[in-house]
Amino acid sequence: MSFSTKLTVILLSALLLSGCSQTNSPSLYQQLGGAAGIEAITDGLLHEIEHDHRIVHHFADTDIARFRRLLAEQLCDLSGGPCVYSGGTMQQSHTGFNISLADYDALVEGLIKVMQQQNISISAQNQLLALLAPMYKDISYR
Amino acid sequence: MTLKVLLPLACLLASTACQAGSRIIATGGASSIEGSAGGGIVPWAVLNGYASSDEWGATAFASQVGVDDFTLKVQGASVSYDNRWEWSFARQSFKLDTLGGQLRQDVFGMKYHLAGELLYTALPQFSLGLQYKKQRDFALPQAVGAHNDSGLDFYLAASKVLFNQVAGRNVLLNATLRATRANQTGLLGFGTAGDNSYQFVFEGSAVVLLNYNLALGVEFKQKPNQLAFANEQHWRDIFAAWFVNKHLSLVAGFADLGSIAGLDQQQGYYLSVEGAW
Ligand code: HEM
Repeated sequence: MSFSTKLTVILLSALLLSGCSQTNSPSLYQQLGGAAGIEAITDGLLHEIEHDHRIVHHFADTDIARFRRLLAEQLCDLSGGPCVYSGGTMQQSHTGFNISLADYDALVEGLIKVMQQQNISISAQNQLLALLAPMYKDISYR
Repeated sequence: MTLKVLLPLACLLASTACQAGSRIIATGGASSIEGSAGGGIVPWAVLNGYASSDEWGATAFASQVGVDDFTLKVQGASVSYDNRWEWSFARQSFKLDTLGGQLRQDVFGMKYHLAGELLYTALPQFSLGLQYKKQRDFALPQAVGAHNDSGLDFYLAASKVLFNQVAGRNVLLNATLRATRANQTGLLGFGTAGDNSYQFVFEGSAVVLLNYNLALGVEFKQKPNQLAFANEQHWRDIFAAWFVNKHLSLVAGFADLGSIAGLDQQQGYYLSVEGAW
């Protein structure tokens, strides 16, 4: 069936092309809108968490100002911005909360909603998700 | 606990009574023609619907495949729990438009998520699956040499989402190894008089997630070729899936089912709609 062969060829060439087009592209930090963009993502996510009955209870005793500052700092650091994350390790910070897969999914869903609202490109969204997804093993069930 | 048991029943009866599970949209895949979560013709390691840890999910679906001389209609439903267990049922009716008559089959599926998390671990998500298939019109399959009117398929599936792969889009890859004795997936019964042993076959899917709601995919399904009366060939399809929201998804595609019962080059459309709660 030549149609599916064609599609496979298109998919493969797109894969190859995407590997070659990395030069001179703006950093993820810039794609997220720099300091202002990351602040907006952080505040948006805090708003989502606050209204998400599935996970808000985890934050009952949290110093929200500190959490907000450190989360923004971490997103800035991770995305290649001019910040150095100064908080605890993900493992330390989340120990004792027994954060489940469903909690993690809920938070990621909230983050996606915020990034969509802020018209962040799908590529930048996926780059950020690629950085955050692997933290699951350090954050969950501790 | 009682609530956890009653909730999926309530979900099936009244969709508004329930929220979708917590998993991210599109991570439940579609309902394959055998009822298990997957693409159109390949079962994946993901579980149907959106149930995450400690949650229940349910799906119901209807699919139709129309090729030159045959029409396959499928209806089914599934329940999943804890992003760990999936139980599914599919009722297939395969109309022999040119030859006349029909072949009906029921598929009872069970899937267990062994290890890995589709989105969050470097290890792909692995699931073990079982499909008990019962042919309901065995006269014809028997006449062309099938040995049994029922059979068990076993499969091991691995699925993984890779972020930011094709023009910034995420890609979902799936590989499935199946042990089966089925002729034409069971529509022509199981085994033959001469050979009733299991065959190992490979099935694979590759999907590009254009955004959170749209996906394009290709699938390949290797098949045994046991019955002497006619050639059986591998199946392929390409599809586009639209995850309207976590409750409704639609899939449209083009399927190539090769030669069936002596009629060659069976190609045509694939359509599927799924509701999830
Ligand atoms: C997506 C991955 C996540 C990242 C990048 C992340 C990041 C952070 C950061 C930077 C802190 C502050 C650390 C510090 O105080 O030194 C923090 C704390 C916290 N996180 Fe996360 N987090 C993630 C997922 C989650 C999830 C899924 C939950 C639960 C639903 C959660 C619940 C908490 C809580 C409750 C605190 C405050 C702990 C305290 O009060 O001491 N986090 N997180």
